[in-house]
Amino acid sequence: MLINNFLLLGAVLFCIGVYGVIARKNAVMVLMSIELILNSVNINLLAFSQLHDNVDGNTFALYIIAVAAAEVGVGLAMVLLIYRNRKSISLDELSEMKG
Amino acid sequence: MIASLLAAAGDFVAPVADYHALAPEIVLAAGICLVLLVDLFVEERQRWITSTLAGFVLLGAFIPVVTLAVIGGDVRNGLGGDVLDGRYVIDEYALILKALFLIAGYVVVLMSSDEIESGRYHQGEYYVLLLTSVLGMVMMASSRDLISIFVALEFLSIPAYMLAAWNKRNSKGNEAGMKYYLLGVFASAIMLYGMSLLYGVTGTTLLSEIGPAITANGQFSGIEALAVVFIVVGFAFKVSAVPFHQWAPDVYEGAPTPITAFLSVASKAAGFVALTTLVFLAFPLASDVYQPFIWVLSAASMTVGNLLALRQTNIVRMLAYSSISQGGFILMPLTVAGEAGVGESALKAVVVYLVVYAATNLGAFAVVIAVAKKTRSGDISSFGGLFSYAPALGVLMTVFLASLAGIPPLGGWFAKFGAFKAVLDAGTNWGYSIAIIAALNTVIAAAYYITVMREIWMKPVPDGDVTPIRTPSSIQAALVITCGATIVLGVLPDLVGRFGDLSDLTGALGR
Repeated sequence: MLINNFLLLGAVLFCIGVYGVIARKNAVMVLMSIELILNSVNINLLAFSQLHDNVDGNTFALYIIAVAAAEVGVGLAMVLLIYRNRKSISLDELSEMKG
Repeated sequence: MIASLLAAAGDFVAPVADYHALAPEIVLAAGICLVLLVDLFVEERQRWITSTLAGFVLLGAFIPVVTLAVIGGDVRNGLGGDVLDGRYVIDEYALILKALFLIAGYVVVLMSSDEIESGRYHQGEYYVLLLTSVLGMVMMASSRDLISIFVALEFLSIPAYMLAAWNKRNSKGNEAGMKYYLLGVFASAIMLYGMSLLYGVTGTTLLSEIGPAITANGQFSGIEALAVVFIVVGFAFKVSAVPFHQWAPDVYEGAPTPITAFLSVASKAAGFVALTTLVFLAFPLASDVYQPFIWVLSAASMTVGNLLALRQTNIVRMLAYSSISQGGFILMPLTVAGEAGVGESALKAVVVYLVVYAATNLGAFAVVIAVAKKTRSGDISSFGGLFSYAPALGVLMTVFLASLAGIPPLGGWFAKFGAFKAVLDAGTNWGYSIAIIAALNTVIAAAYYITVMREIWMKPVPDGDVTPIRTPSSIQAALVITCGATIVLGVLPDLVGRFGDLSDLTGALGR
């Protein structure tokens, strides 16, 4: 199998993720889109690690998985906070401050 | 099972680690655990202990930084080169920035103690998160590897997201936290994609090996350009460079004011540190890509930040846009970092600007906190007649604003001088054009700083209430430190100019 297949999968996931972050109005959907981008990075890193035959990429991917879990923990807590105060998690309504 | 393990343990050789070189990080990590424990066992009305303790932890971590600087020489080999392999380096550049982050953290603790105590909740957690974020910044100063840069970046960002949302019953606080979180995480995801491409092209995550490998095939490939651009975009979000700045004013307004000061100084400086390290170590051969890109970011940040600052009526939002525009000045030397012979003065200009800007901006925020305790307002007009009833605060605010505007003999003047000198030394069209734009922006910036000064010195007190302001002693201490640093760095600039020698940073290349 060519490395191109993996990189293509990574690029497609990245684009879906970026589209999701820009187009979605629901905070949880945006969080999931960001996870897609992070996973596209992981696919890239693992494919390149195989290509270069060293473990740097694998190590990097492990760190990203761990840090992404921590990030999502904070993100969901914040979504919950907003839901408690506003009874809505739509990002469009978060526009009190302007200028 | 255990017998075989014990038998194997005889062959175990502990890796060589220089605990002196790692002492700042170790002290901070131990201090974080200590503050967390003390918070558990101390009664509610004695929680002020956590703030005192956090201050001592930061000062305690500062001691090994000083001793390492005094030892001097090649401390980076002391780490036991085989273990960390040049991925985590303690050199003069790292030490001066560690000192900056620790002192900035200490000043933020001083500014917070009164506000957080009189406020509502969770003192212990506040200081734990603050210390964790400072630990991430201290790690960032030493990181010379894509993985350690990423880990340090998340280490400093994740606690900062929570601190920005600290006023959790307040809808502005929620909005600030959510915006900061989403854009911050999105930016680091983009940056990671760039890093994965960079690893793919070069086959290593060590910055000093990426540098020479980046044009290994003789030509600059498209995928390399993409990687560089994605990484710079990721950090442009972090340092709130235009056009990636939209989050900054909202977050600064919604977060508690001490945290605003922390984000606008320390968190931003950490982004610049990472960007500088990458530009000098990983991208020296990619200057064709990053130079025009950073040129645009720098020019846009100065101009847009200034023009938007002119029409603000809220002092915190004005300082937010002013910090975006100052960020443009810090980026300015990086636009010529790749030119032959300019590297050293460009690096020095960035480091000096970061130090001076930290002292000045923290001071300005300390005055804003002190004044807001009385006026309970964030409007610029609430500074009216400040000099008549609080002369000390009025004079100090004038000093800080004058330094931000770059009026001699204050620190801000010397920082701007260094930045201009670096771009003019390059003698290229890119350098001259950015210098012209920066000169115009210095004039525009003076306009809104002087507006605030006019309120302080010439306008009447808005509601005729001239009872003097009682400034808590912790904020007085913060003001003394920041004002002293602002003036001393202006009068004796050699103090900091000696540090940040390029030879030390590129010395890591030889490894």
